[in-house]
Amino acid sequence: MSSHTQKKSFGASVWDYITTVDHKKLAVMYLLAGTLFFAIAGFEALLMRIQLMKPNNDFISAGFFNELLTMHGTTMLFLAATPLLFAFMNMLVPLQIGARDVAFPFLNSLGFWLFFLGAVFLHLSFFMGGAPDAGWTSYASLSLYSPGHGIDFYVLGLQISGFGTLISGLNFIVTIITMRAPGMTFMRMPLFTWTALVSSALILFAFPPLTVGLVLMLFDRMFGGNFFDHTMGGNTVIWEHLFWIFGHPEVYILVLPAFGLFSEIIPTFSRKRLFGYSSMVFATILIGFLGFMVWAHHMFTTGLGPTANAIFAVATMAIAVPTGMKVFNWILTIWGGSIKVTTPMLYALGFIPSFVAGGVTGVMQASAPLDYQLHDSYFIVAHFHYVIVGGIVTALFGSAHFYWPIFFNRMLDEKLGKWTFWVFFIGFHLTFFVQHFLGLMGMPRRVFTYMEGQGWDQFNYISTVGAAMMGVGVVMMVINCLLSIKRPPAGRDPWGDGRTLEWAIPQPIPFYNFRQTPLVRGLDPYWIEKQEGNKEGMIYAEPLGDIHMPNNSALPFVISLGLFIAAFGALYSPLGVAEDSRTWAIPVLIIGLLITFGAMIVRSVKDDHGFHLHKEEILEIEEQLYGKGGKK
Amino acid sequence: MSHDTPVVAKSQAQYEYDRHHNAVHMRKQVINFAIMIFLTFIAFAVVAADFSPYLIAPFVLLLAGIQVVLQLYAFMHLEDKKTHFGGVIAFFMWFGILLAFTFFLAFLTIVWW
Repeated sequence: MSSHTQKKSFGASVWDYITTVDHKKLAVMYLLAGTLFFAIAGFEALLMRIQLMKPNNDFISAGFFNELLTMHGTTMLFLAATPLLFAFMNMLVPLQIGARDVAFPFLNSLGFWLFFLGAVFLHLSFFMGGAPDAGWTSYASLSLYSPGHGIDFYVLGLQISGFGTLISGLNFIVTIITMRAPGMTFMRMPLFTWTALVSSALILFAFPPLTVGLVLMLFDRMFGGNFFDHTMGGNTVIWEHLFWIFGHPEVYILVLPAFGLFSEIIPTFSRKRLFGYSSMVFATILIGFLGFMVWAHHMFTTGLGPTANAIFAVATMAIAVPTGMKVFNWILTIWGGSIKVTTPMLYALGFIPSFVAGGVTGVMQASAPLDYQLHDSYFIVAHFHYVIVGGIVTALFGSAHFYWPIFFNRMLDEKLGKWTFWVFFIGFHLTFFVQHFLGLMGMPRRVFTYMEGQGWDQFNYISTVGAAMMGVGVVMMVINCLLSIKRPPAGRDPWGDGRTLEWAIPQPIPFYNFRQTPLVRGLDPYWIEKQEGNKEGMIYAEPLGDIHMPNNSALPFVISLGLFIAAFGALYSPLGVAEDSRTWAIPVLIIGLLITFGAMIVRSVKDDHGFHLHKEEILEIEEQLYGKGGKK
Repeated sequence: MSHDTPVVAKSQAQYEYDRHHNAVHMRKQVINFAIMIFLTFIAFAVVAADFSPYLIAPFVLLLAGIQVVLQLYAFMHLEDKKTHFGGVIAFFMWFGILLAFTFFLAFLTIVWW
């Protein structure tokens, strides 16, 4: 197995990526797939903003607008933000805790392929008779009556990619709990690893309700079940509850890792340890817990009654307390630090006020009486975009700059990065700040056009200009990423101020990460070693010996492909109530499921113990990587 | 990772200790099994005795809850101190149960009245 570092043909490289179980390669794949869907969903947003640029516009039709807004929301949350955060979690968590891979490398690959093929399936709806058009929340009272197969694509696609997310979440929980290096106690874990753990736990508890909701929706749509049909004794509000029991924690699933990323960036460039580390951990756990207790605040106007509204309002406002703790901790970390305003730090500095603005409007909506005024208006749109763009997207962009050298051993261009930040950041505020006022003026969300003379024209125009700037910002970011291919290798700790283990590993990172498992002596282990003048960056917990690594496998891809194929069969199944059922549907369904279960049986029956990398091979690989004229 | 693992033959004392330990463990298993059979018997008896449904339903559910906990701790090794990360597993399990309980409580008390 010493051919790992040799040049490969293109086909061999593709095969290598399809079969890989290496968390670093999967991280890159998550990054690419997430960026692809981010671009698609961003493009959908641009089309919507062009449509809303002026009153009575007829750039796109009402039906297509509904499809765009549904796919924008669904894609951004499930297929862009989640995989992009998984990219960072996959890359950083094993490196930060001193592990050679995640606990279940096979499942890691399976999680990616399920997500990716589910996402592709959902997007094929555009070419197969229309995308889902009932909003990302897909409320049953709307979606049950949506013609065509759009909602069926939504249900099946999210079900498949949801399996992937659940599997990855489980994998991270087990990895973080069981695979920490000696000395890496829970209270020495980097904050990003902590947020990854809490957010994975949220995935574990939040995705099952969504799965249940989607199954019920599937039965209602395809087999004439009546779970959500009030005329047949069902209850349409049950979908709303199931969706939001999942949907509210989903917001924290996304924003907690973003908090974690900023909690790495801010101490690094303030060159000071994170202020109030233990309170940050406590706040993370508390946010995770409270995230499950507030779902009905999305449903104040459903008519739950004053008791429920009051209780959920108070619970919601309580979340502001741990979040506030975090904000103060970040500010106090920066306070008195020796600050370097690099691009990642710029994103962090932009994040704090933007996210606080989103949080403040969130507390406003938590007050149920006021929410009756704000509900379904552009104020809501402004609020959640402040939280998601101001919180999560800035985190993703900032940490793309920050961690690019870990991913690719290259730096992104700082100057272009700062320009990108300003274009994107100003565009973001232009787009969404005025939407607060549009909402207060009464403009409802999810409308495809509006009449002139209501005072909305100018703000909508400004908003569209801002959206175009955000688009330019994203293109600049992508160009920056592409330009980095031609840049020289960054080497170890290129920012000069890395604190945690991932910066201590020599670059390029060998596929086994650590040739010897490190010994962790405190919070910010690399910082500690640097302070003590340790040139190697870490001390080791074991002598150099054989390394046990997992084998690559094509089975995850085959398992996912089977479900992907089966989903088409389910979609056109003649067993259901669909009018345009196809005769080939049942065979396709059966073939797909046979492929999936066949691959699972192969996996179960065939022993795969991985392989051992011997000491001599390790030395040979290291010589190739870091020796004279080593591959960079 | 795969450093030399010494292979040590069991001493007589170790053998006797293990034997005793296994016997104690087996006794526990059998007692727990008997308790579970007994609880099942009570559940059937309550139904057969034709009590009010308002008594039967909560009572049988309560017994079921006890059975679940017994099953998890006695037969699925949660009480075993040697279970790897038993505490973490128990924490995640009870946290999930707490969440689900909260949802039902909220529905029964404040959402649907």
